[in-house]
Amino acid sequence: MLEIRNLNARVEGADILRNLSLSIKPGEVHAIMGPNGSGKSTLGNVLTGRPGYEVTSGEVLFNGKDLLSQEIEERAREGLFLAFQYPVEIPGVTNMEFLKASVDARRKHLGLPDLSSFDFMKLARETSKRVSLDAAFLKRGVNEGFSGGEKKRNEIMQMMLLEPSLCILDETDSGLDIDALQVVAGGVNAMRDDKRSFIIVTHYQRLLDYIVPDHVHVLAGGRIVKSGGKELALELEAKGYSWLEDEVA
Amino acid sequence: MTDFQTTDFQQRALTLAGQQQSPAWLAALRFEGSEQWLNADWPGRRTELWKYTPLQALQKSTSAGWSSALPQGAGSAALLTIDAIRLVFVNGVFDAKASTANHDSVVRFSNANDAQRSLIEKHLGRIVDTKRHLFASLSNAWVQDGVLVHVPRNVVLEKPVYVVHVSTPEAEPVIANQRLLIVLEDNSQAELIEHFASDARTQNSFVNALTEVSIAANSSLQHYRINLEQEAQIHIGGVHIDLQRDSRYSGFTIAEGSALKRIDYQINHRGNGAYASLNGVYLPRNNQLVDYHTNVEHWAPHCTTSEIFRGIIGDSARAVFNGRILIHPDAQKTLAELSNRNLLTSDKAEVDTKPELEIYADDVKCAHGATVSQLDQTAMYYLQSRGVSKTQARTMLSFGFINELLQDLPQPAVRDYLQHHLTVLFGMDTGTGLS
Ligand SMILES: Nc1ncnc2c1ncn2[C@@H]1O[C@H](COP(=O)(O)OP(=O)(O)OP(=O)(O)O)[C@@H](O)[C@H]1O
Ligand SMILES: [Mg+2]
Repeated sequence: MLEIRNLNARVEGADILRNLSLSIKPGEVHAIMGPNGSGKSTLGNVLTGRPGYEVTSGEVLFNGKDLLSQEIEERAREGLFLAFQYPVEIPGVTNMEFLKASVDARRKHLGLPDLSSFDFMKLARETSKRVSLDAAFLKRGVNEGFSGGEKKRNEIMQMMLLEPSLCILDETDSGLDIDALQVVAGGVNAMRDDKRSFIIVTHYQRLLDYIVPDHVHVLAGGRIVKSGGKELALELEAKGYSWLEDEVA
Repeated sequence: MTDFQTTDFQQRALTLAGQQQSPAWLAALRFEGSEQWLNADWPGRRTELWKYTPLQALQKSTSAGWSSALPQGAGSAALLTIDAIRLVFVNGVFDAKASTANHDSVVRFSNANDAQRSLIEKHLGRIVDTKRHLFASLSNAWVQDGVLVHVPRNVVLEKPVYVVHVSTPEAEPVIANQRLLIVLEDNSQAELIEHFASDARTQNSFVNALTEVSIAANSSLQHYRINLEQEAQIHIGGVHIDLQRDSRYSGFTIAEGSALKRIDYQINHRGNGAYASLNGVYLPRNNQLVDYHTNVEHWAPHCTTSEIFRGIIGDSARAVFNGRILIHPDAQKTLAELSNRNLLTSDKAEVDTKPELEIYADDVKCAHGATVSQLDQTAMYYLQSRGVSKTQARTMLSFGFINELLQDLPQPAVRDYLQHHLTVLFGMDTGTGLS
């Protein structure tokens, strides 16, 4: 599904990712943890092609194809999805308009027929219910004035509508109340199958009680310094990161 | 400096103005206007108020030059769907068939009764400052007819007044004079929609449109001014408003560009506690020009002004925005805010923006700012990261930038009309009906 080999990336002249390698197979859930500023969001940004994030060397294969040469929107249409740590507000563009444009683009790419406006609105309303967002949020500007938790739920709604094959959740659990956390976890679990893969970036073991990962990685200083099973998350929760940095150093 | 010769255009326009039939009681105003028009210096590049907006388009060198319009049927302009007191003019000529029946509060000058006539005499040409507004003097010289909206004390006008000016090409280029006078007495309320439209054919008229508004104590006016004509249309418009104690003016204006389009707003806070908001949108493309000049003067204390203008300038188009707020010494406790944001969507597009704040009182809160920018890159990335193409993302963000000012318009008929117009203009009708 995703094959990252010796990825080096730079932001604003600073090297952030250093020789990062990671392999994700269909159906797997990988959790990535690590200290603030270690490069977790940078990884998601580089994978999705965010402007300003420069890959200096390495390669990434997504479904066997070279990912890094693709346009941002191509990657998305191919099934890559990033739930943003900080979702973007777009006043004046309604959520509904935005979601329809996204879903239209993805469906077209997959060779599926356009959904009629009526069918789409129905689908959008059902999906918003699944993430406990009132349908009124569909008429508002994209993320405009949404609370932190509402923004995160809106991201999950987009994920559900787009049905991506690889979902990266960047701290989707941060700022969520207990109920919302379960909504998000429930959404992810409902979408888990033997083809779809997830990268869950989080600081908290708590989320991983709900979404049980197959692998846990620690990202520090721009590289993966330790990988293990779900028990690694518990160990990190207990011990923090410093022992790993000692181990690396 | 300028040469003091009267230009051919001034001469020609005045001749036409003189040929207009009008009630005798308007003669004094017309005479005064004629004098001023003829003696005015023709604006040149050094004329501050016209610095970025050349008037060459008026000095047409066609053998025929300008003439005045003959009555004819309305063209096929797309109008609002609205239950309103409607008056339709075609190239300045009243079209009774397309208009609703007479209404007590809305009359043409030519049908005014004695009371209405004295109101007109009292206010017409008195709210506008003709020394500052050259084309107002032409309007005065020309005034053959016009519309009076008079809302008596304690009355809430039951329907919006919808005044439509349709332009349609004539055999020879024509000048059309449009005149509107709104008088709200104490504690009254009204809604006015001015709509300048044309059919899709290449236009050859010059519309000189002047609106004067007097809002008495505790009264409020909701005002829309829509300028969506074919791009050969020449339009010079002025809206001049006097606000008395605790009155409210809420204005919205939108203009596509044309060979020459200049719109002036003058708002005078004359009584304590008056409130004015004015939001505007301009969208010149191709080789078009739009020039908005707004001048808000605070003469009295405790008044509030909120002004937001946004423009998208494409292709080789040009926009001019000059927003001045002048706070006179007596206007303590003024609150005034002016923001102007511009989006340039091409390398050749141009905007000259100049917010001006002049403050002569010491206890005031004022803010103003102007920006010229490209689309928000983070928002572009966000949209693209959901599979939306770059082109579509640009369109959506441009639409959103303008829609922020449309989505809260209190009159749904105007809002829906403009949102639809913009989705078509921007080529982004996705059919959710929720643009
Ligand atoms: N656009 C940018 N401009 C400048 N520096 C950046 C930019 N993006 C990331 N960085 C820097 O790169 C480093 C890694 O940032 P990143 O956001 O990937 O960290 P993170 O692991 O996601 O941290 P957190 O847990 O706090 O979200 C940080 O030092 C950050 O300041
Ligand atoms: Mg991060």
